Amino acid sequence: MEEQPKLPDLSEAERNALEELMPDEMSEIITSGIKRRHFLKLFAVTGTSVLAAHLLGIEQLMARSMPIEQQAPMLIENGINLSFKVNGSTQRLTVDSRMTLLDTLRERLNLTGSKKGCDHGQCGACTVIVDDQRVLSCLTLAATCEDKKVTTIEGLATGNELHPMQASFIKHDGFQCGYCTPGQICSAVALMDEANNGDASYVTANVRKKSKSIKLSDEEIRERMSGNICRCGAYPNIVDAIREVHGDKAVAQVWQFADGTI
Amino acid sequence: MRPFKYSNASDAATAIGIVSANPTAKFLGGGTNLVDLMKEDVMRPTELVGVTRLKYAKIEKKVDGVSIGATATNSFTANHELIREKYPLLSMAILAGASAQIRNMATNGGNLNQRTRCTYFYDVSMPCNKREPGTGCGALHGENKNHAIFGWSEECVATYPSDMAVALAALDAVVHVEGTNNTKRSVQFANFHRLPGDHPENDNNLKHGELVTSIHLPVNQFADKSYYLKIRERSSYAFALISVAAALVTDGNTIKEVRIALGGVAHKPWRASIAEHWLIGKQATEANFKAAAAAELKNAKPLQHNKYKVGLAAKAITRALEGAMQGGVYGAMEADSTTTNNN
Repeated sequence: MEEQPKLPDLSEAERNALEELMPDEMSEIITSGIKRRHFLKLFAVTGTSVLAAHLLGIEQLMARSMPIEQQAPMLIENGINLSFKVNGSTQRLTVDSRMTLLDTLRERLNLTGSKKGCDHGQCGACTVIVDDQRVLSCLTLAATCEDKKVTTIEGLATGNELHPMQASFIKHDGFQCGYCTPGQICSAVALMDEANNGDASYVTANVRKKSKSIKLSDEEIRERMSGNICRCGAYPNIVDAIREVHGDKAVAQVWQFADGTI
Repeated sequence: MRPFKYSNASDAATAIGIVSANPTAKFLGGGTNLVDLMKEDVMRPTELVGVTRLKYAKIEKKVDGVSIGATATNSFTANHELIREKYPLLSMAILAGASAQIRNMATNGGNLNQRTRCTYFYDVSMPCNKREPGTGCGALHGENKNHAIFGWSEECVATYPSDMAVALAALDAVVHVEGTNNTKRSVQFANFHRLPGDHPENDNNLKHGELVTSIHLPVNQFADKSYYLKIRERSSYAFALISVAAALVTDGNTIKEVRIALGGVAHKPWRASIAEHWLIGKQATEANFKAAAAAELKNAKPLQHNKYKVGLAAKAITRALEGAMQGGVYGAMEADSTTTNNN
């Protein structure tokens, strides 16, 4: 029996994707991995125009445990050598000048927590924290991030311990579908610092009175979180979750599990 | 997005040199508007020079006022002690604009260089003289609910979107710019942005390659009585239908000095000079505010869908002046009309 290269286990989604591509060979691939002749068969069954995409897809599927550098795209125009910190670890990569920070996080660094909602700076789903400020990663060019410090939703927890804002969103059911949640939480975490600095908002009673560490009313929380849209309309629960972390006393939870479900 | 060259400038001369030498190069500040316009294919620069690392991020007290750096962010500016204390009108206006995330990214220089949000400008399948000179104005006889009521031309009826700029117009700010060969000049804020005329492709009077380096705020006595009122279709994170920056100096109840600037009504921040002149020496009363506003709005030229802006602007001027008289304290005047269910 010939030696097979070691390949990572496939998830169900990956199996399905492969099965769709090459149904006849599926069982063999799963047991023995992709061999040269499978790639040759791809040449035969696909037009050359789509070949590159298929190859790239396979490479992505199999590259899960490989170093990130190996996922570099095949064609980069106006490449920028970038070095910056993401969730505490230094990342060095070459990006197309057109790459946004959001696409870099998701497509190059496998940090898919930050979401692409509108991709035009209107929804807040892509919110991350850069140098302690919440920003929109969809309107930030990666090329502008040299030497910066980026924190995404993946970087908030400490080991298995959730960030208090994450725990509070769960306690208060601050989401339904969850798509806007990473942006909401990153935004809310940065908001806590802004409140501690005494920053003002449009609904602050008197901008001339500057005091350290202000107490945010619900109206203030709503105004300051207005850059994060939630289509499920979980706003009242999001405000509760933020108020709990911001305030010094627990906020009552407005829901509970039905008997027997846990 | 189309391909472009990118570099981070380490000094202004280099940045200005690169942009001046290439007619399709642009400075990149926070990118909150330009990057979006590039995604939409509305703007197609072949080269970008990042300017946020230039040494223009300071806010400093000067003998004749305060200087705010062009690369300081909107958030930093709105929350700076000097601005909050001496120019609360500017803080209020900045905080009325966009969202916290965008204000954290946007620079002061970039704010003054942002483009209109006219939907015809954004839609590359539509005619627009601002985007593509000579193609016509889709909004003139199209959907023009959000468009200008003052100063427009047959070529363009777009409005200028910035809130910050409306306050700067009221405060008689001066914009400092730098060009090639270290040439520096100052532009009075009233002359910075322009009306569309026959060249709506030019939003302002900067030459290509000129970089905004700082904005000077002259000393004034308006801090006690100033207010920025923004009227929009939802209560936050929306562009103004009408906004008003109002500031007063009174002796007893007699108006000694007054500044009124409007947003959402023209191709540039609109100083309501007629209303201002009308009010000097008069009593600060609601009746006088209404009369002054009416005098200003008499010259309005609304389009098919934005006649509502004439009445709305008149009421907004009156309310903003009343807000300023009450010390610019948010909610002082809305307290009766809004529910107070927050705790």
